[in-house]
Amino acid sequence: MARFFTAHIDGLLFVAILLLMTTGLVVLFSASNASLARVSAQLMNMLVALTVMWVFANIPPHYLTRLSLPVYLLGLALLIGVALFGDVVNGARRWLHVGVTRIQPSELMKIAVPLMLAWYFDRYEATLRLKNYLFAAVFLLVPVGLIARQPDLGTAVLIFSSGCFVLFLAGLSWRIIAGIIVAGLASLPFLWSVLHDYQRQRILMLLDPAQDPLGSGYHTIQSTIAVGSGGVFGKGWMNGTQTHLDFIPERTTDFIFAVYSEEFGLFGNLVLLFLLLLVIARGMVITANAPTLFTRLLAGAITLTFFTYAFVNMGMVSGILPVVGVPLPLISYGGTSLVTICLGFGILMSIQTHKKLVQT
Amino acid sequence: MSELTVNPGIELRNSRLEIYHFRRRLAVAAGFVLLMFVLLFLRFFYLQVVMHDHYQTLAEANRISIVPIVPNRGIIVDRNGVVLAHNYSAYTLEITPGKAGDLDALIEELSTLIEIAPKDRRRFNKLMEESRNFESLPIRTRLSDEEIARFAANRYRFPGVEINARPFRQYPQGELFSHVVGHIGRINQRDLDQLEADDRLSNYRGTVYIGKTGLEHSYERFLHGTTGVEEVEVDSGGRAVRTLSRTPPVSGNNLVLKLDAKLQEIAYRAFGDRRGALVAIEPDTGGVLAFVSKPGFDPNFFVDGIDPQNWHELNNSPDRPMINRALAGTYPPGSTFKPFMALAALTYGKRTPQQAISDPGYFNFGGHVFRDDKVGGHGLVDMYKSIVVSCDTYYYVLANDLGIDNISKFMGRFGFGSRTGIDIAGESAGILPSQEWKMRRFKQKWYAGETISIGIGQGYNAYTPLQLASAIATLAKDGVMFRPHIVDYVENVTTRERTPVEPKPLRNLDLKPEHIAVIKQALVGVNKEGTGARAFAGAEYASAGKTGTAQVIGIKQGEKYVEGRVHERHRDHALFIAYAPAENPRIALAVVVENSGFGARAAAPIARQVLDYYLLGKDIAKPVKDDDSGTSD
Repeated sequence: MARFFTAHIDGLLFVAILLLMTTGLVVLFSASNASLARVSAQLMNMLVALTVMWVFANIPPHYLTRLSLPVYLLGLALLIGVALFGDVVNGARRWLHVGVTRIQPSELMKIAVPLMLAWYFDRYEATLRLKNYLFAAVFLLVPVGLIARQPDLGTAVLIFSSGCFVLFLAGLSWRIIAGIIVAGLASLPFLWSVLHDYQRQRILMLLDPAQDPLGSGYHTIQSTIAVGSGGVFGKGWMNGTQTHLDFIPERTTDFIFAVYSEEFGLFGNLVLLFLLLLVIARGMVITANAPTLFTRLLAGAITLTFFTYAFVNMGMVSGILPVVGVPLPLISYGGTSLVTICLGFGILMSIQTHKKLVQT
Repeated sequence: MSELTVNPGIELRNSRLEIYHFRRRLAVAAGFVLLMFVLLFLRFFYLQVVMHDHYQTLAEANRISIVPIVPNRGIIVDRNGVVLAHNYSAYTLEITPGKAGDLDALIEELSTLIEIAPKDRRRFNKLMEESRNFESLPIRTRLSDEEIARFAANRYRFPGVEINARPFRQYPQGELFSHVVGHIGRINQRDLDQLEADDRLSNYRGTVYIGKTGLEHSYERFLHGTTGVEEVEVDSGGRAVRTLSRTPPVSGNNLVLKLDAKLQEIAYRAFGDRRGALVAIEPDTGGVLAFVSKPGFDPNFFVDGIDPQNWHELNNSPDRPMINRALAGTYPPGSTFKPFMALAALTYGKRTPQQAISDPGYFNFGGHVFRDDKVGGHGLVDMYKSIVVSCDTYYYVLANDLGIDNISKFMGRFGFGSRTGIDIAGESAGILPSQEWKMRRFKQKWYAGETISIGIGQGYNAYTPLQLASAIATLAKDGVMFRPHIVDYVENVTTRERTPVEPKPLRNLDLKPEHIAVIKQALVGVNKEGTGARAFAGAEYASAGKTGTAQVIGIKQGEKYVEGRVHERHRDHALFIAYAPAENPRIALAVVVENSGFGARAAAPIARQVLDYYLLGKDIAKPVKDDDSGTSD
């Protein structure tokens, strides 16, 4: 019976995930001003996410191969549906009514895009040419463009980077990478003109947050103060003044790292970086040992997307990246991203644990 | 599986090569991940170690707010403990315009819960013009418990509206002391600039009011107290979470005055509807016993900003209630100047008491005829008679003999033409004519003919009632001059320690006692058998006095032409100076009644009521009516 539960669970990854989740609950307790309701709600989210993880860990990777294209096309259709009929919440069109509930198709695309690209490269593995990379780029940029237009910059960044990782791992030549970087820099002025005002504001504000301390610079200024005042060992759990006096906005969700950093200091940050690195390292080992190109690319994309989550979030809280809506994976409050991330880990575990079965 | 069997070697080699390439890429990615994490760590190190002190300071500044605790303002009482200014606490409905959005709609909505009169709105609008947008401004004061409850239940509907318990200043005596005690008002930009210049601004954090006029203004430093400080931890919305430390405020000191509220009331009522001023001084100390300027106004209007309608009324009234006549109104002294002229003549040896002139009823100087009041003259007039019957001709001649230089020198020592230094601000210096003054003022030399009318207190002469009172008090005290002061002592509220305002002899005029005796005897004669005799008929004490009539030039601030009142406003001002008891003066006073004709008729009876009350405790307390006693000064 126990084997039924643990057969497809990767022990090391699972332990690292549990440690991060526990950390998340501890910080959430402080960030929510000791709200047990918040903490238990998040605990429920985690149980759901872990269940999803377990389910996907038990789905052999080749089933996913078959699902790749339909899921991607469904996701794309929903995104177009959002663009046309979506609900506007907080100035962004992200939600789509489907019968009784509403869904956020961009969240689905976080998994669908890597799946699609991995499937595509795997399919043309033997005959990969430049045009395949071009097609792949189109598969990537269409949903990213739609999501960025909603606007949901954070998700767009995450999906874009996951696609880029797939392209990179699929062996896109260095010359082309260099060319793209040059072209990208050259097209910055154009990109700038496409961005929404508030997005420009966030980028400008990063350069000089003091310019608008009560407006768009407020988040960055206050979170930077929280991190900096934490010092080497932090102010102690439940003792963060920035946190408990309500100076940190969105402190249970996107800015929870400011709370953690204020209360546990540089030492705590090191521990957190280590745990995150542990997850990433385990993901990379799984990636390196994955049996097929599809699983290698998928595992690599999932692992590196997790890294992107963590890096972008901590970078924005500590004031070196613009404020985009990216949660700190496994720590931030909220069910949706937690489920998506654990779904990814489930796939990783499936890839790791179904290897032998595939090979024999 | 079939492909594998066809060409297993190639497939396997390719696969190994693929894996090798893939793993190289993965290693690059891992390197990138590590690099980025190192970058993050460096950023954390920079923030949390290198810049830690900086951010620590910022975090402290964020959470600790210094909240000032406004001290209680000292109260003001008269010499008998009658309260002239005190504080009460009341609930006020306040709006912060910056947070409120559409103000008109908001006030409209509020008025369904709490009664807001048009007057309150006007006052609020005026306050808004004078204040900054983020200040919390009162729209209604003294809310009832029911109103507070009604608002509390609906509070969520009114952003930027609050009910606060605030201390208010109240002047229970109303207009009676408006020109002495003065009033406080909301701190304006000018006050702020002044406070900053004096380095007192920090003590006014949180304070809304400051003394604007009178004692409230001049004793501001004593009344205000020391602002306390509470260090509180606040959240980002500025709400206090808990107190870290507290330095209690130190209440302002109380003022105990020399003034006698009852005496003030008697004097004020004695004026009836007339305009004028009365200053009564204790000759031994210079303490001011009564200080009346009529009409007054209700200072309570000003405490929280006067509404425009009342302001307009006060400001445009032909009676000019806002002008402190006793302090800043300047009047020709008329015949009240004569005793001082006589004293000058004795001092400079220009006359002996017995030296007499024959008064034909006029004095001819260089072809110009100066007339006496009494047609045909007073006959043979010596110094005593000149004062008792108020003979003009005697003083025309005397002025000419003394010359302007001697007159201005002597009168200057009596305090005419210079500020007395009383302890409230806004005093006028008046005009003591002299050659230099005329050159300064008109760039013209002095003509000898101008000296003649100076002798009877006319011409350029213009003095405040306070100067007159001070001069007669100095005479009563045989030439010792004190600085007039209203406050007796400042009392520390906690230690009960008293800091007296020391009687300060300004100077001793070094007058010869025999000269003073002559003048005093004549002044007693005025009230016994002269121009003041009718007003003082039957007095149970001996008093000294001198009547006076001043031709109207108009009070300094200028009259406004109002039809129908022109005639009345061109009538002469009535003056009277006096002290009593004659042998050992305890009170000296000066009265000016505007546009009331002869001093004997309007001013002397007021003085009589004041002296009767002060010396005998008689409370007649009825307005003095015009009578026809004394047709001449």
